[in-house]
Amino acid sequence: MQAKKRYLILLSAGASLILLFCFGGIQVPLSRRGPGRRDDHSLTGYHPGARWRHISPRQKRDSNSGLFTGRRCRMESCFNFSLCERNGFKVYVYPQQKGEKLSESYQNILSSIEGSRFHTPDPAKACLFVLSLDTLDRDQLSPQYVHNLKAKIQSLPLWNEGRNHIIFNLYSGTWPDYTEDLGFDIGFAMLAKASISTENFRPNFDVSVPLFSKDHPRTGGERGFLKHNTIPPYRKYMLVFKGKRYLTGIGSDTRNALYHVHNSEDVVLLTTCKHGKDWQKHKDVRCDKDNIEYDKYDYREMLYNSTFCLVPRGRRLGSFRFLEALQAACVPVMLSNGWELPFSEIINWNTAAVIGDERLLLQIPSTVRSIHQDKILSLRQQTQFLWEAYFNSLEKIVLTTLEIIQDRVLLHASRSSLMWNSLPGGLFTLPQYSTNLGDFPFYYAKLGTKPYPKFTAIIHMVTPLVSQSQPVMKLLVAVAKSQYCAQVIVLWNSDKPLPAKHRWPVTSAPISVIEGESKVINSRFLPYNTIPTDAVLSLDEDTVLSTTEVDFAFTVWQSFPDRIVGYPARSHFWDSNKERWGYTSKWTNDYSMVLTGAAIYHKYYHYLYTTYLPASLRTMVDQMSNCEDILMNFLVSSVTKLPPVKVTQKKQYKETMMGQSSRASRWADPDHFAQRQTCMNKFANWFGTMPLIHSQMRMDPVLFKDQVSILRKKYRDIERL
Amino acid sequence: MCASGKYNSRGPALIPRMKIKHRIYYITLFSVVLLGLVATGMFQFWPHSIESTADWTLDKRSIHDAPLIRLPVSSPIPERGDLSCRMHTCFDVYRCGYNPKNRIKVYIYPLQRFADELGVPISSTGLSREYNDLLSAISDSDFYTDDVTRACLFIPSIDVLNQNSLRIRETAQALAMLPRWDKGMNHLLFNMLPGGPPDYNTALDVPRDRALLAGGGFSTWTYRQGYDISIPVYSPLSADVELPERQPGPRRYFILSSQTAIHREYRAELERLKEENGEALLLLDKCSNLSQGAASARKRCYKGQVYDYPQILQESSFCVVLRGARLGQATLSDVLQAGCVPVILADSYILPFSEVLDWKRASVVIPEEKLSEMYTILKSIPHRQVEEMQRQARWFWDAYFSSMKAVGLTTLQIINDRIYPYAARTYEQWNNPPVVKWSSVNSPLFLPLIPPRAPGFTAVVLTYDRVESLFRVITEISKVPSLAKLLVVTPRKKFKCPECTAIDGLSLDQTHMVERSECINKFASVFGTMPLKVVEHRADPVLYKDDFPEKLKSFPNIGSL
Repeated sequence: MQAKKRYLILLSAGASLILLFCFGGIQVPLSRRGPGRRDDHSLTGYHPGARWRHISPRQKRDSNSGLFTGRRCRMESCFNFSLCERNGFKVYVYPQQKGEKLSESYQNILSSIEGSRFHTPDPAKACLFVLSLDTLDRDQLSPQYVHNLKAKIQSLPLWNEGRNHIIFNLYSGTWPDYTEDLGFDIGFAMLAKASISTENFRPNFDVSVPLFSKDHPRTGGERGFLKHNTIPPYRKYMLVFKGKRYLTGIGSDTRNALYHVHNSEDVVLLTTCKHGKDWQKHKDVRCDKDNIEYDKYDYREMLYNSTFCLVPRGRRLGSFRFLEALQAACVPVMLSNGWELPFSEIINWNTAAVIGDERLLLQIPSTVRSIHQDKILSLRQQTQFLWEAYFNSLEKIVLTTLEIIQDRVLLHASRSSLMWNSLPGGLFTLPQYSTNLGDFPFYYAKLGTKPYPKFTAIIHMVTPLVSQSQPVMKLLVAVAKSQYCAQVIVLWNSDKPLPAKHRWPVTSAPISVIEGESKVINSRFLPYNTIPTDAVLSLDEDTVLSTTEVDFAFTVWQSFPDRIVGYPARSHFWDSNKERWGYTSKWTNDYSMVLTGAAIYHKYYHYLYTTYLPASLRTMVDQMSNCEDILMNFLVSSVTKLPPVKVTQKKQYKETMMGQSSRASRWADPDHFAQRQTCMNKFANWFGTMPLIHSQMRMDPVLFKDQVSILRKKYRDIERL
Repeated sequence: MCASGKYNSRGPALIPRMKIKHRIYYITLFSVVLLGLVATGMFQFWPHSIESTADWTLDKRSIHDAPLIRLPVSSPIPERGDLSCRMHTCFDVYRCGYNPKNRIKVYIYPLQRFADELGVPISSTGLSREYNDLLSAISDSDFYTDDVTRACLFIPSIDVLNQNSLRIRETAQALAMLPRWDKGMNHLLFNMLPGGPPDYNTALDVPRDRALLAGGGFSTWTYRQGYDISIPVYSPLSADVELPERQPGPRRYFILSSQTAIHREYRAELERLKEENGEALLLLDKCSNLSQGAASARKRCYKGQVYDYPQILQESSFCVVLRGARLGQATLSDVLQAGCVPVILADSYILPFSEVLDWKRASVVIPEEKLSEMYTILKSIPHRQVEEMQRQARWFWDAYFSSMKAVGLTTLQIINDRIYPYAARTYEQWNNPPVVKWSSVNSPLFLPLIPPRAPGFTAVVLTYDRVESLFRVITEISKVPSLAKLLVVTPRKKFKCPECTAIDGLSLDQTHMVERSECINKFASVFGTMPLKVVEHRADPVLYKDDFPEKLKSFPNIGSL
């Protein structure tokens, strides 16, 4: 019985187990153990299986170039990188052919390139080619349309099926469909085109450029209209638009529907049917009413007094409204589906515009109303930055296009998105200097870092060393004694041979001597590799400075690392009698320049001075041996849009004090002063505008001349005469 | 029901012969067993009854429970996928709607198994752990909705992460059978290993109509910019290996190559580089003496010397990520995790999340053709930048590569940013590691504007009960030409220190100073950092206290107090 019982229990237990299995009850708790259960089907179990033995990668690369052409062109398949290797990124412009008419805009594009540092007159050295045939307007109905372009291009010996060519175009196609075809075979050429659609845009190959008007200035360019920020940032109108309405055909839908959103209070969207010859024939029921409303408002008034500006597509995707809104600090609200926005490769448009969707027109008012004040403030400022950095002159549009292509060519030395989208912008941030954000004076705050806490002094010497009591000896000792001095470099630009080593004073900071090769004045701004610090203290040999003054100036510079911080201040003014810019060294209540005879600034400006400025200006400076300090001030102010910083000093900086030096005689020379007037105007002409800005502020030590014990003052020597 | 027959035949025959005591015992035993059976039966079948209506939920992880769908041979196949698709042409934005949160709603299809008419499943692996993790993460996120009618984006539960395990035609048919497929509109597919031998296409070969593709290994020719999303190839080591973050700085090796499936031409080129530059380069390969399997994935060898992978990656400044048969490589993830700067040699490759990530700050991209110049190119990069990149690389891994959850949610955020661009995350939010986010200063007034004098200023005067001093201030300040408006603010409190003179102010009151010090500490702890900076300079008018005729100075009265 006992045995039977045992068997029975075993049996029933077995039976119930089998039953459980049949119902799958046991599986349930197992499968509930979670994802670990299906571990066996891991995706990467198959991973190493992908072998690539068949074709040589080199062959594969070569086959790409045959495969991906035309609309599938990319740099990898349609561009010959080897042309750019030997001479860097150089651009060749075809010589103008006789009898070939160029529009003013195209002429300006070509001269912008020819005036840039990329230009080469030698096609053998070129990496990029630009046609001297006007391709801007490819609308067959336009008077600017160039006929027989196809034949003309094919006959060019350097054409090479368009390889490494860039073609500028503003208008393509015509009524009624406005296609994006240029009417000739562009082959392997890149397009720099306005109103390009995402469908036709070949990413990282074409460049989308803004549509600009015939009157767009070649250089300089107007500033943005924002003069000061207002908080809260709202303006009289929330959203405005004033423009044509197309009753039928391509691009008419959105503008025809705008009236739904118009409320004639803070959302004012006005259209008119009154354009073209026979508008009366096509007009619809709303036309007359619209036209009356349209005439009631002034476009300029609306533009300047609105927070947002609607930029709906026209017949083509891009419209003039875009740049107008950008300049007016009226945040563009894009309603142009499929438009590849200008310079989209590098500009993050979400920071300066609202990208709307034509399909959601009715939501636009609530969308813009939902945007927070802080965001509006930031969008508005960004419109101004982008306008001035890339759009306000034709030259900037052209240079931006070229720089974008250069970034693609020099892949590992290209700008990061931060360089393009924050002040001072990509055109002033040259990646050939460094790709490291921390090596530029512009990003310390953004990265939460600080410049290297020491400086390198560079003393420019032109007179021979005759006595140990020469002012330069005192200067050397004083500067080298500064706790922030890492190194002193003497730039020997004198015709006399270098003095023996023992004749230089013994100092704690090392002194090294560089013998200028060409002995020209610009060599003081060469980007020497031997400068180990971010800060450069530039000095003339006759400058009189104490250690305390140097220390103090350096601490001030640490707060303004992107500006020139120093002692001798000068000013510019507009001479209305002579109708030209004037230069003054008078003691006045303001200044716009700090001369580089005693100034601290970032090392990067040496590089910018040497590479960014055109050879013409630098040659002029070398020939006169004058104005290099003015030019540096022009450059830095055009980058920062800010004045330099003057620091207080112990003794008044008097040029006449240094009687015996040759430099002093230079200062006393009336020609010298006249030359500087000429320089001002030459420079302003090249920059296209006057970049210098006045300041009324001088930096003094905190307790400077305050009625407290002098012992409490850290920089007390500055007060003592 | 197979065993119940057994139970019936033996049970009744035995019971009558037993004692009552035993009978009760057995009855109890059997009823327990029966109860258990009923309970398990319920457990098993109950969820099935709601499955047909239920959405994809966490409880439904087991693919074995999912209903099996047989695909008829004639079942429709989607179109191949239109290269011209963009958000404004192939995406139905009306489904996303306007919502105050500016957040898209994502629906996940319930799990189903698909097989052809013969019962052969469409995928050799079914649901992978990775895809399961991805779906779980999305269902746990704010994006998820179980309401199919409110959804803006649809994610199929069909796993297409690895094309190798798929039957292409049948998978496509299965996609087309999804109830809301509608030409793939607003559907999102995740694929990490596209293509197959010998050509290895750079995008998933499964025909998918207008569906968006989040793909690992896109080339510029298959990537539809602004539509598709380039995602990383997930590395399983991310979950298995914990690599502590190393401080940026110099490493033992300069360049390290750790990939095992490198084309022999490229390996030869790397060996040439190694010959030229010696110890600075470490050129690893798989270990010949180890058998295949999980262990071999964690070892690398060089001339018989064995190294732990991925730990060895932490010993190098730069790590090579060469294209293989596919452009996307899981090695990239390992390299980033190790805080090694990736040197990417994969022409035409669209880097992961390149729409929002600034890879120039975290990697070096070199054309394959320039492999032989790699050493020179890398040597030209400043040390400070290498350190920045090391930090940036690790941050990218932490935030966007470390798990399937990170990959999935980043993808959804990118789509979200496209649909609500005015509420998109900023460059800084995407690219700044936490340490930079804390220490950086982004002024809300960043444009260098020098405002004109014309609008003047508004004076705001805080006053207590001291009317005399208030009037004195008002009289003085109203003389200023630029004053546009004067606001007097009167709190109801009494001035704390009635005996203080105007010059001394409150600075003589010691408790006041102690209080203010406490404030400073409190604020600093709330800010998490001390935002105040100390400077030693002060702005004065240009001719301040200079030996110069006072009448020629713009601001002669300053400092005369």
